[in-house]
Amino acid sequence: MRDTQLVMYDEDFRKILGVAQRLVRDANAKGVFVVDRNGQLIGEAGELRGIDTTSLASLTAGCIAATGGLAKLVGEEDFPVHYHQGQRDNLHITLVSNRIILVVVFDDRSSLGLVRLRVKKAGAELAKIFEEIQKKSEQEPHGSTPFAEITDDDIDNLFSQ
Amino acid sequence: MSFINYSSREINCKIVYYGPGLCGKTTNLQYIYNKTNPDLKGKMISLATETERTLFFDFLPLALGQIRGFKTRFHLYTVPGQVFYDASRKLILKGVDGVVFVADSQVERMEANIESLENLKINLAEQGADIERTPYVVQYNKRDLPNAAPLDEMKRVLNPTRVADFEACATVGGGVFETLKAVARSVLRDLKQMSS
Repeated sequence: MRDTQLVMYDEDFRKILGVAQRLVRDANAKGVFVVDRNGQLIGEAGELRGIDTTSLASLTAGCIAATGGLAKLVGEEDFPVHYHQGQRDNLHITLVSNRIILVVVFDDRSSLGLVRLRVKKAGAELAKIFEEIQKKSEQEPHGSTPFAEITDDDIDNLFSQ
Repeated sequence: MSFINYSSREINCKIVYYGPGLCGKTTNLQYIYNKTNPDLKGKMISLATETERTLFFDFLPLALGQIRGFKTRFHLYTVPGQVFYDASRKLILKGVDGVVFVADSQVERMEANIESLENLKINLAEQGADIERTPYVVQYNKRDLPNAAPLDEMKRVLNPTRVADFEACATVGGGVFETLKAVARSVLRDLKQMSS
């Protein structure tokens, strides 16, 4: 469980952000969100400012988890691609490498076909980046997390603030 | 599964409130939500039925402050307590960093408490985790009710390993923040231990 801790450095973060920004442009999307399967927002790009991204991440992960449960019931491993059509905006959700969720919000300036096409490429790029992150954390498990330097007093002080 | 982001200098952890149906898991989160400074909390989400029983989960993001320049954020989740929602409970437990077991103190709910605790152990084990090695605290809720079971008895049955435990009355808030602080502290200590 906890050995899958995700540690992300600035360099990785910039790469992920670069993929998300490019996907916004290439797919003509309103916004792109990269979410961890456990519901943590990793990165975002696009014009969708001011929306509650923490809730978006948690609910997206819940959605993937619930349909993943459904998939297993009918003998599938997962349903890795979801499409939700709204009156104005649509959501395209893709599970990448079984770990990362790529969410694209788009309206009628784009199309489902274009989004699907661009997501395929971006998903492959993200998969590669997260593979590298995984490798790094396996090479130095918990090696340089900020917790190595934290004292019990630091933790206690947090609760006296 | 904690998420440490060096770029935004954030540490994110997941805490799950577990327990039998109607024991007060959602009430714990609602009290925390109502009493927390708006700058420190996000929106609380409740995926509930029309009769306000938790259907999938409640979710409350909370910022606790900074440790060595890292913002610490806790994502609090509740599970649906009713027995037949086990598939949902398993999903929500995935990637958990710390667990609060909320027990219902009413004598007639002791069976349900025991069953839920067993279910927690099984579901943690299914994802390769052991309750004895997971940051974990116990809360005895509804201590104000006249039909509350004796505390000693509850401790004996529900907390044989003597982890940190608290009496609570979540509707008015007694014990709610004490429980949260204890589990958050335990999660951070555990992460520290894993790093050293």
